[in-house]
Amino acid sequence: MSPPQALQVRGLRKRYADQEVVCGVDLEVAPGECFGLLGPNGAGKTTTLRLCLGLAYPDAGEIRLLGNEVPARAREARAQVGVVPQFDNLDPDFSVAENLMVYGRYFGLTSREIAPRIPLLLEFAGLAGRAESKIQALSGGMKRRLTLARALVNDPRVLFMDEPTTGLDPQARHLIWERLRRLTQEGRTLVLTTHFMEEAERLCGRVAIMDHGGIIAQGTPRELIARHIESQVVEAHGPGVEAWMADARSLASRTELAGETVFCYADNVEPVIASLRSRTELTYLHRPANLEDLFLKLTGRDLRD
Amino acid sequence: MDNTRLYAPPAPSLRFIAVWRRHFLVWRKLAIPSILGNLADPLIMLFGLGYGLGAVLGEFGGGSYFAFLAAGFMASTTMYAATFESLFSAFSRMHVQKTWEAIVNAPMTLEDVLAGEWAWAATKGLAAGICLLAIVAVAGYAHFPLALASIPVVILIGLAFAALGLAVNALATGYDFFSYYMTLLLTPMMMLSGVFFPVERLPPVLQAVAQATPLYHGVELVRPLLAGAVPVHALLHVAALAGYAAAGFYLATVLTRRRLFK
Repeated sequence: MSPPQALQVRGLRKRYADQEVVCGVDLEVAPGECFGLLGPNGAGKTTTLRLCLGLAYPDAGEIRLLGNEVPARAREARAQVGVVPQFDNLDPDFSVAENLMVYGRYFGLTSREIAPRIPLLLEFAGLAGRAESKIQALSGGMKRRLTLARALVNDPRVLFMDEPTTGLDPQARHLIWERLRRLTQEGRTLVLTTHFMEEAERLCGRVAIMDHGGIIAQGTPRELIARHIESQVVEAHGPGVEAWMADARSLASRTELAGETVFCYADNVEPVIASLRSRTELTYLHRPANLEDLFLKLTGRDLRD
Repeated sequence: MDNTRLYAPPAPSLRFIAVWRRHFLVWRKLAIPSILGNLADPLIMLFGLGYGLGAVLGEFGGGSYFAFLAAGFMASTTMYAATFESLFSAFSRMHVQKTWEAIVNAPMTLEDVLAGEWAWAATKGLAAGICLLAIVAVAGYAHFPLALASIPVVILIGLAFAALGLAVNALATGYDFFSYYMTLLLTPMMMLSGVFFPVERLPPVLQAVAQATPLYHGVELVRPLLAGAVPVHALLHVAALAGYAAAGFYLATVLTRRRLFK
């Protein structure tokens, strides 16, 4: 028998009014893994997380979270889970330390059990010395870190994070990433949604790309890029770039025009670069393909609202 | 959510106490202004109306008008305190601050949250009721020990109006929504339920309306108890208040599930 998965989802479906927002999702997350659920806005990521936590009833499908059937035993499952929601909902009526204390009580922990954990959690969140601060006095990054600390108050085995770094500046984002890596090293399982491909590539051992309520690709970031996309990219823009694109078509295995920029994808981009060198009016950038290229290839370049 | 789940009876756990404690901790920081408000507001009304009108009215139902009015106010102040908490405060926590959302990410259910809000709003009603009892006692109109039996009555009044308030909260689109409930339901109820004058003075149709309201049953219990008498039809009044509380909480649960647990 294989070891039980931290999270197991089969055939998950959820409909709101006349729209099916989750249509047949299958997922497996192994213990200790950092798993990323990627997708454009409205792809169904947040709904999938809510269903996994038992905060909404699925129309069809099975969910097992840490061996507990959800939603039937969602309470037992959530006792061993931490959640970082998409939008901070820290308690504005309380100080930093009180937020952790009050939240711990929702897990049935006593004040005596929570109190010694508070300094450790604040230390982890880079908020040591801020115990008495008001929530309103914290920066966006500090609030996010406190939300992360709050999600750890019950020493969870699994952490669910919905866009953990959206809206943060690079410094704050890097600090969160560093902390999340530390949590993975401690053996905790992380499930996060994001639309920052860089975040997914840095943190996640495995990712699933979700669009229109379904999973369209799943694997390690490297695997996915190798399987679905050419290894090199050249981006070119400048006057006459559209005319140049006609030449580029025969030089790259795939070309794409997005706005004023031409994207050329190929495993060998030397011919493309040679052609660009003679066109001094065009500016170009050569880089390896990344998860974002894959993401855009699979989900398209159209805006999502 | 299917209908079986939507209409299932609420099954909160004892974890609701954690929600009650959260609200208590917030209240403790503002306890003194809150208690002063609970005392000052009815005091101003009581002295204005009780002594002012009382002087004009003279003897009233075999006692002073001040004592008559104070008993009515004990019920109505409780009603307003529980209502405010279950409307405006609960709405901020549910909709504006998203406190409820944070709580249900822990091993708490929506019903635990609602039960915590319910118990807390009733507690606020109780605090307001006790402040009134203190005023009546200091004024020398409370007949102990029976007057103490008004305390469980005030708890019931609080539970009834807190439950109704939470049901209204589940339908609210914004704070303005509550003025319909306050102005169109609670204010007329305050006028009809025997707070200011005996219900028997009303035309029979309005008497029947008055007798259907929870506040009426509260007043009918509180007034004799403060005067040291056992209320007539006490069980009926208790049952009516308990019925409003239970039905109101069930309604609040269903409406809140429909709103949040999609």
